[in-house]
Amino acid sequence: MRTERALQDGIAYRAAGTLARSWKVVRGVLRRPVGWLALTTVAVYIVIAALAPLLAPYASGTTDLAARLAPPSAHHWFGTDALGRDIFTRTLYGARVSLLVGFLTVTITSLFGTLLGAFAGFVRGPFDNITARLTELLQAFPYLIFAIAMMAFLGPGFWNLIWALALKGWVEFYRLARGETLAQSATEYVEAARALGQRRGRTLFRELLPNIAPSILVLATLRVGYFMVLEASLSFLGVGIPPSIPAWGSMVAEGRDVLFIAWWVSTIPGIALLVLVLAINLLGERLQEVLDPHRKVSS
Amino acid sequence: MRLLKILQRLLAALPVALGVAVLAFLFLRFLPGDPVEIMLGDTQVSKQQIAELRHQLNLDQPIGAQLIHFFGQLAHGQLGTSIVKDESVTKLIGNALPATIELTFATVVVALLIALPVGILSAIHQGSWLDRAVLSGALLGISMPSFWFGLLLILFFAVEVHLLPTSGRISSTLLVDRRTGFMLVDTLLAGDPRAFVDAVKHLVLPALTLGVVFAAVLARVVRSSMIEALHRQYVTTARAKGVREAGVIVKHALRNALIPAVTVAGLQIGELLGGNMIVETIFAWPGVGRLVVNSIFARDYVVVQGAVMLYAITYVAVNLLVDVIYTFLNPRIVL
Repeated sequence: MRTERALQDGIAYRAAGTLARSWKVVRGVLRRPVGWLALTTVAVYIVIAALAPLLAPYASGTTDLAARLAPPSAHHWFGTDALGRDIFTRTLYGARVSLLVGFLTVTITSLFGTLLGAFAGFVRGPFDNITARLTELLQAFPYLIFAIAMMAFLGPGFWNLIWALALKGWVEFYRLARGETLAQSATEYVEAARALGQRRGRTLFRELLPNIAPSILVLATLRVGYFMVLEASLSFLGVGIPPSIPAWGSMVAEGRDVLFIAWWVSTIPGIALLVLVLAINLLGERLQEVLDPHRKVSS
Repeated sequence: MRLLKILQRLLAALPVALGVAVLAFLFLRFLPGDPVEIMLGDTQVSKQQIAELRHQLNLDQPIGAQLIHFFGQLAHGQLGTSIVKDESVTKLIGNALPATIELTFATVVVALLIALPVGILSAIHQGSWLDRAVLSGALLGISMPSFWFGLLLILFFAVEVHLLPTSGRISSTLLVDRRTGFMLVDTLLAGDPRAFVDAVKHLVLPALTLGVVFAAVLARVVRSSMIEALHRQYVTTARAKGVREAGVIVKHALRNALIPAVTVAGLQIGELLGGNMIVETIFAWPGVGRLVVNSIFARDYVVVQGAVMLYAITYVAVNLLVDVIYTFLNPRIVL
């Protein structure tokens, strides 16, 4: 019944098609144990981040100066830091920053970069030339100096960080989208759309963008992990997330001074970050295998 | 002929370097906050002193004039004077550069020693347990946050086994005359083998931190391009002609497979030469990266600007170099 109505309604039909395609991709990812493992890990992290207040044994920010630098025990599973804060609690809360920064930055950069790149590759001409030169310049520009300087001047803060990361992060999406669009523009279906007199905007949004979406999705997934590490690096240097919010990077930094007497302060948040980034990268590679079977060399 | 082409490419790279200079200049000028006020912080200074400092830094001129002044300096090979240290930026960077070059060199050695054999073996035995182990290891390396990995190495090698030093380039008890700035060379010139060994020991952990991650990236590229090369017709032909397998792999496949590897390695080296801010900070390595981090925190934006320039020039130069190496690996590629 539902399918029938969907068939009648063109828009709903398209939506159903997208849904079905997405489901196919997810099933493809899950066909291998690696895909399962990666997707489950990411899902667990998301649940932990969402339910951190319920799962954490202590309130975020609780300090217990009597229990400073306590080693892992039944009371404090992952031990405590120099201020007596429970590291297990802070590690759970830390997932929030990493996931938010990772996904938000990728959403912003992939949307902006892809649209700009696809547009440039589609219209070509001076617009393409100018944006292509600009991205060349940005590539020769050292990202980390850029981000650290910006954060040092703006001050630590969630949105400051997002903008510092996004300011150059879109370049990769631009290059991929532009390259793919240029390649696709020469293919028959775009030719056909043009011959049929389809409006150019429609060709871009209905024909070209859906066709370059798979490669963009793979890049986006891999970039999530990249931005997470970048955020943690900045927080480690003290120019990322404000110190009041638990973030894995700053937690590792706090453990640096007590590395020789309390190994757990630095190591545990680092493991949390590594496992998440690893899972996301695995997911990205698995997606690449499913969406782009030709490039199967890395499997 | 080739030289002419290289010169041409050099000229074509010039606009990028200039563009980066302008970008670096504007970027630092348009960041919110008056650099002079931020620099002076809460210190009690009179308005007149502020005005003097602004004048000294040419900040009282319109932005266009500042830019022209900046390029004038640049044309003379000058990058300005550090605000905090009262030394020329060229000298500051020049002092820090050997440490960074030395670290880059050691990193590349570590990366090549791991990535080449591992990548080649993995490609030859594609699909085996070894191949799978290499792929997993490489993915782990790529996902590794370097600041954390460095701390782990310190924790293990310096705290648990007391084997290696964790900061600086040489033990403070040893005095070595600075001649070239390269600690390995200076200790040898001084004829002090003990100091040389000490300097090598100091290099190990930072080079390992950077090298392992670098190797992970490189091993994947070597592996996949090796696999591709091994499936090419010229490899089949060589085998059919009766060339020994070792010869096929080294002479026929590897040479072609190296082209993508050179690109990746080149870009990575270019980045390393700009100074790795994180690793140099962790290991108190007095290179360009640490200079930049310290300068940013001290709001010494003249130094930051100079470092950005250095980075951009290295980037452009390395890209060019990579293209030149291509032509040697595969003479059919023309610049």
